[in-house]
Amino acid sequence: MNLPNINKKRIISLLKDGKRLDGRKPFEYRDIEIETGISINAEGTSRVRIGKTEVIVGVKMSTQEPYTDHEDEGTMVTSMEFSQVAGERYESGPPQMDSIEIARVVDRGIRESRFIDWKKLCIKAGEKVWSIMIDIYCINDDGDVMDASAIGAVVALRLARFPKYDKENEAVLYGEFTDDPLPLTDHVPFTMTFHKIGESLLADPNRDEEDAADSRITLSVSSGKKEKMINAMQKGGIIGITIQEMEEIITQAEKVYDKVFEEVEKKTKNLIKSK
Amino acid sequence: MTSTFTKRPDKRKFDELRPIKAETGIIPNADGSALFAFGETVAIAAVYGPKPLHPAHMQDPERGIIRCNYNMLPFSVTERAKPGPNRRSKEISMVAGNALASVVDLARFPGTVIDVEILILQANASTRCAGINAAAMALAQAGVVMKEMVSSVSIGKMDDKIVTDVIKEEEDWEEGEGATDIAFSMTSRTKQITHLQLDGIIQTQRFMEAVEAARVACEKIHDYQIRALKGEKIDETKK
Amino acid sequence: MTTENTEIIEEHEEKIERKLVIPGEVIVTGDDYLPGDFTRKEGKEVVSNRFGLAEVSGRVVKIIPISGVFEPRRGNTVIGRVEDVTFNGWLIDIGGPYSSFLPLAECPRFINRNDIGEFATIGDVLSAKIWNVKKGGADLTLKSRGLGKLEGGRLIRINPHKVPRVIGKEGSMINLIKDATKTEITVGQNGYIWLKGDSEGEEKAENAINLIVEESTASGLTEKVEKFLGGNK
Repeated sequence: MNLPNINKKRIISLLKDGKRLDGRKPFEYRDIEIETGISINAEGTSRVRIGKTEVIVGVKMSTQEPYTDHEDEGTMVTSMEFSQVAGERYESGPPQMDSIEIARVVDRGIRESRFIDWKKLCIKAGEKVWSIMIDIYCINDDGDVMDASAIGAVVALRLARFPKYDKENEAVLYGEFTDDPLPLTDHVPFTMTFHKIGESLLADPNRDEEDAADSRITLSVSSGKKEKMINAMQKGGIIGITIQEMEEIITQAEKVYDKVFEEVEKKTKNLIKSK
Repeated sequence: MTSTFTKRPDKRKFDELRPIKAETGIIPNADGSALFAFGETVAIAAVYGPKPLHPAHMQDPERGIIRCNYNMLPFSVTERAKPGPNRRSKEISMVAGNALASVVDLARFPGTVIDVEILILQANASTRCAGINAAAMALAQAGVVMKEMVSSVSIGKMDDKIVTDVIKEEEDWEEGEGATDIAFSMTSRTKQITHLQLDGIIQTQRFMEAVEAARVACEKIHDYQIRALKGEKIDETKK
Repeated sequence: MTTENTEIIEEHEEKIERKLVIPGEVIVTGDDYLPGDFTRKEGKEVVSNRFGLAEVSGRVVKIIPISGVFEPRRGNTVIGRVEDVTFNGWLIDIGGPYSSFLPLAECPRFINRNDIGEFATIGDVLSAKIWNVKKGGADLTLKSRGLGKLEGGRLIRINPHKVPRVIGKEGSMINLIKDATKTEITVGQNGYIWLKGDSEGEEKAENAINLIVEESTASGLTEKVEKFLGGNK
């Protein structure tokens, strides 16, 4: 069902009183579940559920020639697709703009936070480097797929280990794995999206709320040192965000980061431990 | 002459299925959904519809159509598969759709479409069979009117041995008479073959042995499908 | 809207034995049995054509669907969302295999032909009655008591086969929810439900309805819903 006008009006009027259709507060996230074990053939996988939204993510590794301007650094490609499994609105065909945008934003958050130590992905400078491929699939869409995708990508990277590599023949032994984790830093990126609906802001929208939203700001934040650092941002939608709203988003982003990232971090660490 | 294929790589009996996983209702948005796994081969399927078919020129005024899409996730295999449809996935989508369409009452809603989406999450051979098993469960759970169920299995001939539910290592068997892989789908009640694909080399005189092995295996698979549709969450992979 | 469903509910309360069957499953065997809804007879066997609850009452065997899309029938009251406005009416999404059409002429009040969208535009919600089902779609009318555009509140969607449980025996369940949450509720037979009250009331009513959908086959459902509505008021 596409968004009924009455639901949009209801969402707007409730938000004015700091309320939402499902009783949450404006910046409250739904329950987040994190799992792994999607595919033994991948270097790393994750499954993230935010409420009824579900994404699965896989990390695959291969080797390639480095880019000429970064001769001793590994590479990364991030793809995202709304599988047709995810909802009635998704039809078959090449990836649409919304999934391309999610992949790009997730990619930038990981890249710019310096979460990956690119130099440690070098096999032979100028000749061969590791390449990380992240594939994100949404299999049930109930809103906020952006944030779920970003969490999933980070968890899959943290659970990934290198495949075996035949130095003599310079070839990846696909399907055979080492115990070596990827060279990751403690600058863990965490992505939050704030949506503007009417005059109000909220986080983690469900499908109706996301359909009702006029515009959005996504922030990817990391905190390797003491301060929280913004690594990637993206404004979506046509309607403008006022300076006051921007200030409110930054304030709320810090709070959401402290609460939700903490929770995700705890769950991720448990998952890594139990592996 | 003694056979070169005396034991299966995973120690199964020749007519034994891998540990099965089966579950329905895994995708909240879908009208029907299911997971089916033969050991390391894991498929999920979601059904949407029957629903209006656009554009109108694709509509069949006498009956509805089934539009099946089979896709392997890039990380389901050891060497990353390029995402999106290719010649292989398009062919499998077509034969899987046909395997299912024969039991569905398509005349009930003329001009409509039932979307059947199959995703392979993890692959170790027999992916189309796992996908068809999941899709049949998803169709039933979606309340689609259908005469009977469909179950699917791969039957192999390794050297001179007929085996059930082939794995990747067996597909690559080269000694003796080599490897033959036959994918069957069979209806649960009338035992009609609704899907059949063969790659390899097999004596005409031995082909019916493979059909009989498929019939026996499909009956076992059907039993898992029934249990999952009745609410059981089956996972034999956990010891 | 409750009348059509009460029979089913009463039967359910009397606990006529029903069993979950899947397509192709033999429900009963015997010369005397007659195949009813979603069953067929092959020799002596009555076989299921659909996933659902098989029920044998007397000689007749039928399946009561528990899942699947809405199948429009003449006389059904439904709730729908306007998908498109044409020169002579509105295309309405009521779920199910076909979109439905509300002709301008089936609107009880005068509407200017040049400004059809003024009465209802894309995204608006209406309650309507199905007056004709034809190949490829259903025609709707607003010419009956209590039909028309729905203003305010919220629209939710449930599996249409759970509608009888949400309504309850002679409307008992829905009235229970209405009274406890002080919320106006209109249930479309297509599973679209309109709720209007204060925000807490609407939310509680929505949660109560979801509880019924999830536990529709559980025994003592009324008690469970009463407990849910009574708690944390």
